[in-house]
Amino acid sequence: MRIEKHPILTFPEREPIFFIFEGQKMQGFKGDTIASALFAQEIKTFSYSIKRKRPRGFYCAIGNCASCNMVVNGIPNVRTCITLLEPDMVIERQVNKGVVK
Amino acid sequence: MISRELMIIGGGPSGLCAAKTALDAGLSVTIIERSPKLGGQLVKQTHKFFGSKAQYAKTRGFDIAKKLIDDIKDHPNLEILVDTTVVGLYDDLVITTYDQKDYKKYQAKSIIVATGASEKFLAFENNDLPGIYGAGAVQTLMNLYGVLPGQEIVMVGSGNIGLIVSYQLLQAGVKVKAIIEAAPSIGGYKVHASKIRRLGIPIYTQKTIKKAIGKEKLEAIEVVDLDPTWKEIPGTEMTITCDGLCISVGLSPMHQLLSMIQAETKYIPELGGFVPVIDHTHQTTVKGVYACGDAVGIEEASSAMMEGYLSGLYISKNLGKPHPSYDDLKTHYEHQLDMLRDGPFGIKTKIGLEKLRKDDNHAS
Repeated sequence: MRIEKHPILTFPEREPIFFIFEGQKMQGFKGDTIASALFAQEIKTFSYSIKRKRPRGFYCAIGNCASCNMVVNGIPNVRTCITLLEPDMVIERQVNKGVVK
Repeated sequence: MISRELMIIGGGPSGLCAAKTALDAGLSVTIIERSPKLGGQLVKQTHKFFGSKAQYAKTRGFDIAKKLIDDIKDHPNLEILVDTTVVGLYDDLVITTYDQKDYKKYQAKSIIVATGASEKFLAFENNDLPGIYGAGAVQTLMNLYGVLPGQEIVMVGSGNIGLIVSYQLLQAGVKVKAIIEAAPSIGGYKVHASKIRRLGIPIYTQKTIKKAIGKEKLEAIEVVDLDPTWKEIPGTEMTITCDGLCISVGLSPMHQLLSMIQAETKYIPELGGFVPVIDHTHQTTVKGVYACGDAVGIEEASSAMMEGYLSGLYISKNLGKPHPSYDDLKTHYEHQLDMLRDGPFGIKTKIGLEKLRKDDNHAS
C-alpha cells in the first residue's frame, strides 16, 4: 500500500513501470526500488531459506543484511532494497544460494 | 588500476562533509556509495534536528542531505560513484568495487571509511518471518518510497530511533499498537516519549518479545514481562496481533571493511561494538586509511558531520595540501563536536573514546 496523505512529505505522481514477478505482470513507479515496488503490491516474501525453506522478507532496506536477495533477470543475490526497478525486469523469489550461469 | 587521490567509502553525512573540506583544500575526491543516491540515512529523516545552527538544528534530515550534496556536487574535482559497492580493501590503499556490471580496481593516496552503522538484531523464536524489520528499514520504505510497511505495528526499543520512527509511522497512517522496552526506563529523549504517549501509544518498560507468531508472514507477537534481573516472569505472557514488528535495539558501527586490512579494532560497548583505533587525525593504524562518523562510534548525524569536516581537513594536511583556513576551521569544528558531546547523551561517547584512546601509543 502506498501513502496517500502525509503531513510533511509529498509523493508526486511518477511514471509507471511494468515488471514481471513470478510470471505475473505488475506495476511499480519510476524511482521505486524492486523491494518498494513489491511491498506496495503487498508482496512481503522475497525468498525461501536455503535449508528449511522458511519465508524471508527484507530487514534493513539499506543493502546490508542480504535478507532481500532475489533473482533478477536471471541473476541471483540481487539486493532488491537498493536496486532500482527498471521496465520489464523479471523478478523471482530465490530458493537457493544462487547459481552462476 | 585506476589512480585517485582521496577515496571516500560512504556518501552519508560524514563522507559528504569530509568531501567538502577536502575539495576546498584542493584535493581530488571520489565518493563511493552502494545505494542509488547520496545522503546516507539523512534522506529518510523527516524530523528536525536538535543542537545549534552550526550543526543544522531545526532543519529536517532530508533537507540537510540536500544541502550537503549541493555544497559539493558541482565541484570539478569530485567524482561520485553511486550503485557501487566496495568489495575489497587492501593495506596498500587499493580498493576494488562492483557496480552491478564490472569489477574495478583503484589505487588511492588516502581512503576514508565512512560506512556508518547497521541495525542490531534480536534473538527470539521466528525472528526471520517476513514482517519483522529494522526500524530504520521501515523509515526508508515510508519516507523515501512512500510505501506503508503494514497496518498495525509494534516497536521493540524505546531509544530515540524507536520513538521517532513510531511517530513517523503515525504520520504515515499506520497504527502503532505499543512500544516495548526491556530496560526499566525509556531510552530516548523525554520530549519524544511524551509526544508519543500524548497520542495514546503505550510504552511498556520491563517487557520484551518472546516469539513471533505466523506461518508465511507475521500475524502476532507474544511479549513477556521481565524482572529487575532481566529474567522472564512466567505467566505474564501476552499476545498482540500485528502485521509488522520493528526492531530498534541499537546500532553497530560498520567496521567490516577495516577488518579486511590490518587496522586494529577494539570492542567498546559505549561506542556500539567493534570500532577502529584512530589517532587524533582520525587515521586508523593503517597509514593513509581514515575513518569517521558512525563507523568509529554510534552518535548522532550532527557529530558524524563534524567528524567528516575534520577528517577532510586532517587529510588535506597529511597529504601536504593544507586547507587555506585549516587552523580556523579545525578549531571551529572541534569546538562544535565538543559541544555536541557535552549533553547527557554525550557522556557515553566520551567514556567510549577514553577507552579507545587508552594505552594507544599510535594516537599520541
